[in-house]
Amino acid sequence: MPEKRIVLSKCGNVDPGDISSYRRLGGFEAFLKARDALSPEGILDEVKRSGLTGRGGAGFSCGLKWELARKTKSREKYLVCNADEGEVGTFKDRYILMNDPFGLIEGMCIAGLAVGAGLGYIYLRAEYHSLYDLLVKAIEQTRQKGFLKHMDIRVFEGAGAYICGEESALMNSIEGHRGESRYKPPFPPTQGLWEKPTVINNVETLMNIPYIIKNGAARFSAMGTPRSKGTKVFCVSGDVRKPGVYELTMGSTLKELVVDLAGAEEIKAVQIGGATGSILPGAKIETPLSHETYLGSGAVVVFNRSRDIIDIVYKDMLFLHEESCGKCTPCRDGMEAMIEIYGRLLNGQGASEDIRILEDLAQTMSLASLCGLGQAAPVPVMDSLNHFRDEYEALIRQSEYMRSRAVSR
Amino acid sequence: CGICIEYCPTGALSRPHEFIDIQTAPVSKGAAKKDPSAANSGRSLLLPGLKQELTRGYHLTREAMLKVAGEAKLSLSDVFGVSSFYAYLPRQSKAVNRIRICRCVPCDMKGAPAVVRTLRGELGIAPGEITADGKFSLEMVSCIGACDRAPAMLINDELFGHLSPEKIADILKKY
Ligand SMILES: Cc1cc2nc3c(=O)[nH]c(=O)nc-3n(C[C@H](O)[C@H](O)[C@H](O)COP(=O)(O)O)c2cc1C
Ligand code: SF4
Ligand code: FES
Repeated sequence: MPEKRIVLSKCGNVDPGDISSYRRLGGFEAFLKARDALSPEGILDEVKRSGLTGRGGAGFSCGLKWELARKTKSREKYLVCNADEGEVGTFKDRYILMNDPFGLIEGMCIAGLAVGAGLGYIYLRAEYHSLYDLLVKAIEQTRQKGFLKHMDIRVFEGAGAYICGEESALMNSIEGHRGESRYKPPFPPTQGLWEKPTVINNVETLMNIPYIIKNGAARFSAMGTPRSKGTKVFCVSGDVRKPGVYELTMGSTLKELVVDLAGAEEIKAVQIGGATGSILPGAKIETPLSHETYLGSGAVVVFNRSRDIIDIVYKDMLFLHEESCGKCTPCRDGMEAMIEIYGRLLNGQGASEDIRILEDLAQTMSLASLCGLGQAAPVPVMDSLNHFRDEYEALIRQSEYMRSRAVSR
Repeated sequence: CGICIEYCPTGALSRPHEFIDIQTAPVSKGAAKKDPSAANSGRSLLLPGLKQELTRGYHLTREAMLKVAGEAKLSLSDVFGVSSFYAYLPRQSKAVNRIRICRCVPCDMKGAPAVVRTLRGELGIAPGEITADGKFSLEMVSCIGACDRAPAMLINDELFGHLSPEKIADILKKY
């Protein structure tokens, strides 16, 4: 299947520094339609019927989230666009913000109408500081055109912490606390920023809104699978000839993405969803990509035959260990134990009970961790143990043999 | 996170002036007065305030933290606690140019280790250190969202992708 560009349709065709070039391509028509021809309930209804789901990883229904926030009674409500994009292998939000900032702002304007939010934040990760001025300028131009009378939008810059992409940590960060996750419930649509109803959406989720309002929910929900509507922007990196962002309808297969579009060869494994993502063996290349199967943030990293899976999982664990916020014990200490075990395995110090210990630890962490980081951290461990167990066993056998030789000599 | 510093009686005795100063510091006027909503006052000024101090200095000094603490009406230990959470709010002296090279899997696969070796050779420092003249610091960081151009690094806020050991000398010359 060729690419289907909805979210990225204007990327490359508009001047990100000039709102009139965006207007010429039909920009803000959806906003005007939403403002003048639809009631907030009408917008909500359209988004709900479209079946749009969150693109930040969790895949929660966007319409339901908005409705919950709309129905919660409060004088102040907030909207946050999550542009923290810290997941390893993900760079779609950077691509979108760089090429089409107005698309995001239009999506936020419409969301603000629907939810009744008076203030919107774009939470931009510190690594993307070079985009800060571009965004501020785009917001200013939108304001001058008179599209921002119902709300204000501010850019809030993070300070280098992956966990601040997690929605409750993100709110802590905006409020000026340490970016640690919160206990849930309450969820943000009922009690978010400063305990006011708050809608948090990923950049890509909001980029879909103008299309849905303009073309109607039916056009949008005609694409995709039963539970995943529309398209998804994927970020392909690793052992491929053409790394980059690709937009495909939901349910397209992994093969279409990594082989046909990105040009991968000799695939040993693919990791979908970043450092906490699933690892699939090359044989499963026909798997469709959707919320029903594998999706996550849309990061797809391809490994060819020369790669060592155990080493890759070790590096994933190093990342997660570094980025764990340290609030809850299963994750904080679990990550510590994980890298200790993997370090030992790779050093030739592995023992046969290590596999069982890893499995035990993985289960504890996924059951007992407070937030998504700790819950999903063991996924690559379990997947690699499922699909590449022989590599672990061979490595351990080898190490045990070498050690026994060293002792007898 | 700073809480224990705040409540430690010994610590408070040894540096009493700071804590007392801050807690009784006159409320700074300005935005907070005009707009009392949570988004414009108190704690929410903290991170933007710290960042602003950072762009003036390159690292957070004690004086900068005290100033922000006064503006946000918080104690110094509280500000310290928050700032210590974030990788981009360094407290040790950082160099004029901060080199941050990505060490995550996609970059690692594409040869980041060789680039790091070259950087170490060119600068004569290990990751986490600063050159003797204070011109460069080298850090290994998590994914910087440029995996399509792996291996990648940031110097200050400028992104360099498709790195190779040969390119390093030319890039460093620009600074
Ligand atoms: C550890 C962790 C990191 C996350 N990082 C991001 C991120 O960088 N960007 C993002 O949009 N969502 C991220 N999320 C998901 C958010 O918590 C949240 O579900 C999402 O922003 C909701 O938006 P959506 O419904 O539009 O997907 C992260 C979640 C976890 C647990
Ligand atoms: S799971 Fe990890 S990142 Fe999440 S709250 Fe616990 S320690 Fe923090
Ligand atoms: S892995 Fe290096 S930039 Fe993403």
